[in-house]
Parts: sequence; structure tokens; C-alpha cells
Amino acid sequence: MNAPIAMDLDADHEIMLADTRFTVPGMRCAGCIAKIERELPKQHGIKSARVNFSAKRVAVRHDSALSDDALLQALAQLGFEAQPVADNPVGKDDKEAKKLQRALAVAGFGMMNVMLLSVSIWSGAEGATRDMFHWLSAIIAVPVIAYAGQPFFASAWMALRYRRTNMDVPISIGVLLATGLSLYETLIGAGGHAYFDSAVMLLFFLLAGRTMDAAMRSRTRAEIGALLSRMGKSARIIDEDGNISTVAAEALEPGMVMLVAAGEALAADGIVIAGEGAVDNAMLTGESLPEMIMADSKIYAGAAALSGPLHVRITATASDTVLAEIARLMDEAGQSRSRYVQIADRASRLYAPVVHTLALLAFAGWMLAGAGVHQSLVIAIAVLIITCPCAMGLAVPAAQIVASGALIKRGLLVKDGSALERLAEVDLALFDKTGTLTLGAPDADIDALDDDARAAALALAQASDHPHSKGLAKALRAAGVTPANAAHITEESGQGMSGIWNGQAIMLGRVQQQLNAQSAMPVSRLSVGDTHYDIAFADPLRSDAADTINTLKNMGIESRIISGDRSAAVQSTARMLNIFAVGGVNPQDKLALLQAAKNTGQRPLMIGDGINDGPALAAAHASIAPGSASDLSQQAADAVFTGRGLMPVALAVRVSRACMRIVRQNFGFAIAYNMCAIPLALAGIVTPLIAAIAMSLSSLVVVGNSLRLASAGRAGAAAAK
Amino acid sequence: MSGLLILIPVALGLGLLGLATFFWAMRRGQFDDLEGAAQRILIDDEDVQEDAK
Repeated sequence: MNAPIAMDLDADHEIMLADTRFTVPGMRCAGCIAKIERELPKQHGIKSARVNFSAKRVAVRHDSALSDDALLQALAQLGFEAQPVADNPVGKDDKEAKKLQRALAVAGFGMMNVMLLSVSIWSGAEGATRDMFHWLSAIIAVPVIAYAGQPFFASAWMALRYRRTNMDVPISIGVLLATGLSLYETLIGAGGHAYFDSAVMLLFFLLAGRTMDAAMRSRTRAEIGALLSRMGKSARIIDEDGNISTVAAEALEPGMVMLVAAGEALAADGIVIAGEGAVDNAMLTGESLPEMIMADSKIYAGAAALSGPLHVRITATASDTVLAEIARLMDEAGQSRSRYVQIADRASRLYAPVVHTLALLAFAGWMLAGAGVHQSLVIAIAVLIITCPCAMGLAVPAAQIVASGALIKRGLLVKDGSALERLAEVDLALFDKTGTLTLGAPDADIDALDDDARAAALALAQASDHPHSKGLAKALRAAGVTPANAAHITEESGQGMSGIWNGQAIMLGRVQQQLNAQSAMPVSRLSVGDTHYDIAFADPLRSDAADTINTLKNMGIESRIISGDRSAAVQSTARMLNIFAVGGVNPQDKLALLQAAKNTGQRPLMIGDGINDGPALAAAHASIAPGSASDLSQQAADAVFTGRGLMPVALAVRVSRACMRIVRQNFGFAIAYNMCAIPLALAGIVTPLIAAIAMSLSSLVVVGNSLRLASAGRAGAAAAK
Repeated sequence: MSGLLILIPVALGLGLLGLATFFWAMRRGQFDDLEGAAQRILIDDEDVQEDAK
């Protein structure tokens, strides 16, 4: 991480400089970039700071004598919580993505130039010009194919070596065959046909699909890295004699007892043996409320202690912790899915074997019929070319692009094309409760407060990041309250806010007896002097939740709730919506429920927002997260919807089904086109120019048909009402 | 036809130039932070002095 390098800072002396990278999740805007890049170098020992906004990272160049902690503190003074980045865990993925990008650029260059030459050949260039253009095409295409085809050739070779076959095998054979025969045609001259354009174009479209896939996967990886960085880096360990020493997270062992102070992030899983307090467990359970803990409670790495101190006996460390397990599950689930479907591959999986067989049959047939080797080969290749995968290749992406465009207008962002295919196939919807069926933001009931109390409440609430305070502040602002001019506002972790206004003490905090109360609704207490007000919080269902579930039902999709929340709260919601529900499940159980549904042949759609939903979102057949979800869940989900309504979920399924209908029509048309064109090509009637025009026309028909989906979003919305 | 002798090398040269520029930009890390660039234009220059008005 700290790679010391000698460098001239001044002409006078040399200082050892080191580069350290930090994740700073709190960067949201240009102001944050400016603040970090300008203010950080003003600190002693820091030479420069450079922000990467997309990755939410800062690279700091500093005096190597400066420790990580000092740098973290410098960042904290600017108001940013930061985590050092461990030695680039995603470096390998980055490299792979860059390699694909380079191959794509080369293929694009080759495709444009070879197409340019091919068009003049199709439109009738003859004689010496034609031969020259063939030679030029060959000179461009051969190095381009050798370079840009590497990802496919390498993967196909690997598969063949282990006596298996994968999608890259027919692709490689097709590309190499077309190239080899074109080279032969060029060498013998005599005005034959060369097919470099088809080979290069096929490579270009396939690479485009893979590049996008790789880019998306590396983003998920970065999120997983950020998740793990939330684990505590070290812990204070108490030994048998009562001595306290600081031990790095990697060196912790089960059985040790750690002392956890308020505000500290846990470095390992454990059981509380002494002390009581509250922990923020939102990361694992998705529950926005602080969780009360006492002796014998289990707490997990990544949770933040809101009050303490706690004595915790460690039960699991490092990669055994629940948090690390979640990260691992997500990584695996994401990987297996990205292999599942790649649009271009899928088209050619159907296409390549059929065409190759046909071409082979054509060759054999003409040989038997007595044509020469050369004529038979040319006809075989004509078959390969006239069935250029244009219409076939466009059938899926054209429809998917139009459909996802229509969905974006309705507030739903679909991550990639294959997500639409999977959304169209779902037959079971699994909803998380908090933040998904409900809005997730606690809605405060402020009717009981008079004007003074409201002003005081806003002054306190707006100074805190607690979800209740945020909900209260929002409700008060909506009611047009201006905050009181209170002084000495302080927040005590886990207890609440306090301040002084007009000479009276004001306080906003939780109600003590809440610990034992079984009521689903939490209550906060506002005190102004000696007057007390109780503020109840509710987390209401999204207004169209019932409508959405009905709409899904009409489409033949059964809905269920699986939630990490308490069973009682989950059941009351389930009764309201009249659906089946399971409460109190942890991330592993959610995953197990999903697998069980999958094993019975169902295709579950997971809708959830918490980090605890992450593995389930990644493993489900398709998944949707609300825009208010954690970054990680949004990354794991196939689609993200915004706004206060739940209807985009039903709309997504409806539009994806319409999309798949169009895709099937497109495929039908493309196949029909080939049915007509191939016999003509087999008979040796079609000239290359006619083939080119027919090919373009078939592509246009496919695109035009797909555009019909543009109105699907609107029609879907109208039908839903 | 003699025009082709000039035009084709020119077309290829321009294409190669574009490709080289893309490779150069990628090596320089210009695609590493796509969102940051959009945000940075909003940052005011710090060194603008009062007398610059």
C-alpha cells in the first residue's frame, strides 16, 4: 500500500514520498472534490491529493513518515470519513476490462475501414481496383483479427484443451474460416469474393457486449471492497490480567475479549459478556433503528457501537465473519449470473451451428453435384455471408434498448439487456419489507406539538443524522416550521440530542421503556423545559403497494414478503396486503429461501434495499432495488426504481414481457428472411450487392418493429390504472 | 482512380491516428474517472483575486 519512492521535492533536499489511497464514500459533489484537493495539501507533509470521483477514492502523495492514521485524521478534519484501500484487490479485473477495451477499439477501427472498402466492392468495383481493395482489406483485417480476436481464441483454445466446448469455439471457427477463405480468394485474385468485413464486424459486436459486461462486473467488485472496508481495522484486547493492548484485525483470534467503545466499528463477530448499549446494525439487517444489546447478545463485524463500553468475546474473525461471508456470496452470485447470458453470445449460439452446418452442406452438395472445389467454397461462403448476423444480432439489443428507454421515463433504470430477459421470465415476487414495501424513512406524527415545540424539535432534529431525526426534520419542514435559534446543541450517541433555547433545556431522545415495548411503532420524546411531548414514528406502506401486488397477481406472479424485521411487524404488513410472509430471516436464510424456490422450478424476482438483501438480489433470477437502497444493493440489483410508488416493479415485468414478445417476433422475421435468402444463396443466384441491400433492409425492419415498444411504458401505466 | 492512391492512405492514416489517440488517452487514465470530470467544471478557480474584477 505504501510504496516509498524517492523524489525531488525541492532542489535542496530529498524526502521519501509515499502514495496511499483511501476510499471516501461521502464524496457527493464538486465541492467535496475541491475541498479535498485544495485543503489536504495544506497539511504538513502532504504533497498532493487527487480525487477519483467515480471510484470515490483519493490518492494522497505524502511524506512517508506520515502514518495512515494521521492522514485519516486530516481527512476527518475536512469532514470526510475515509478508509485506507488495501492493495488493489480488483486490479486483475481492471486489467481484463482494459484489454477488452483495447481489442474493441482495434476491431472498431478495422470494421470501419474494411466496411468502407467492402461497400465499393459490393457496388461494383471490378478488375484491378477490386483486387487492390481485397488486398487492402486483407492487410487491415488480418492484424485486426489477430489482435481483437485474442479473447475469443484464448478462451476457445482453453476449452478445447480440456476437451470441452464453449461459446467461443464456434465464434473462433467462424472468424478463422471466413478469414482463411477470404485470404485464399485474395491470393488467387480472379475477382472472387472476400469476407473480411463479416469477420471483423462479428468480432466488434461481440467485443462490445463483453466490454460492457466487464465494466459492470468491476463496479460490483469495487462495492464489495468498500463493504469489507467497513469492518474495524483493529480492536483493543483485554487479557486475563486486565491489560489492554491494540491488536490488528488480522491477528485477532476467537476467544479473545475485546473492549468496544462508543463510535467504534467492530473488527470481528462476537458475544457481549459485559456492558450494554446500542449498536447500529443497519449494514447487516437493513434495520434502520439502533439495536439494543446486553450480555449474551451477538454482535457482528461491521456494526458500529453507538454507546458503550462493551466487553465482547470474539467468536469469528476475518474471513469467517458474517460480513465477509456476505461479500463472498455476492461475488459468487454475481459471477455465475454474468456468465449466464450475454446477448451477442446468445444470438450466435443459436446462429453459428446452424449456419456452419448449412455452409458445410452447401459445400458438400455442390462438390457432389460436380462443381469444382473453388466454386463450392464460394457458394458455401456466400451462405455464411448472406446470413450475416445483422438482423439476428439486432433482434435482441434493438428491442431491449427501446424497452429500457421506455422504462427510464417511468422511473425505472434497467442495468443491462439480459436483465429484461430475466424480468420477463419471473413468476414469483419476493419483497423485503422495510424500505421496499414501506418507504423506509420513518414518518413522524407531529400533530401533538405546538408551534414552539415544533421549532425546538426542528432545531435539534436537523443537527442529527439519526434516521428518526431526519424523518422528523422532513415532516417539520414540510409543515413550514422554521428552526428555533437554539444554542449548545450536542448529540450523545444512542441517547439523543440536547441544547438550550430561551433559557430552557431542550432535549430530543428515545423513550426508555421502548426496550421492552412490543409495539411496532417507535416513539421519541421531546422535552422543552419541563413539558414533554411524545412523537410517534410510523413507516407507512408505499401508497400503491396493494395495487402493485394485485397487478402482479393479474400477470400470474405470486408475491411474498421475506424480511429481516421482527416476525410480528412483518405479519401485520402481510395481513394488510393479504400475502404470505416470512419474518426474522438473516441474509443466508434469504438466500436459502431463494434457492428453494429456484429448486422447485420457480423463477424468483427479489425486490429489496438493505445490504442484507445483497446476496439475495445477486442470486435471484431477477432483482429490483429502490433508489433509496444502499449503494451496494443498487449495484447488485438488475434494476433500480425511483420515487415513492412501487408500481414501477409491476411495470418492469409488463414491459419486459412485451419486450420479449418483440424479440421473438424479430427472431421470427430474421429466421424467415434467412429461409428465403439462404436457398437463393445455395443456388448461387444472389450477387453480393443484392445480398448487402437485403441485409440492410432486414435490419431496418427489425429496428422498426422494436420501436413499437416505445409506447409500451405509457400503455402499461394506463392499463395498471 | 489515381485519387485513390492518396485518399486511401489518408483515410487509413486518420483512422490509425484516432486509434493511437484512444490508446494514449487510455494509458493516461483519462477514462478512469468519467463522473469526476463532469463535476470538476463546477469548481471555481481558487486563485481569482479581488482585483481581477
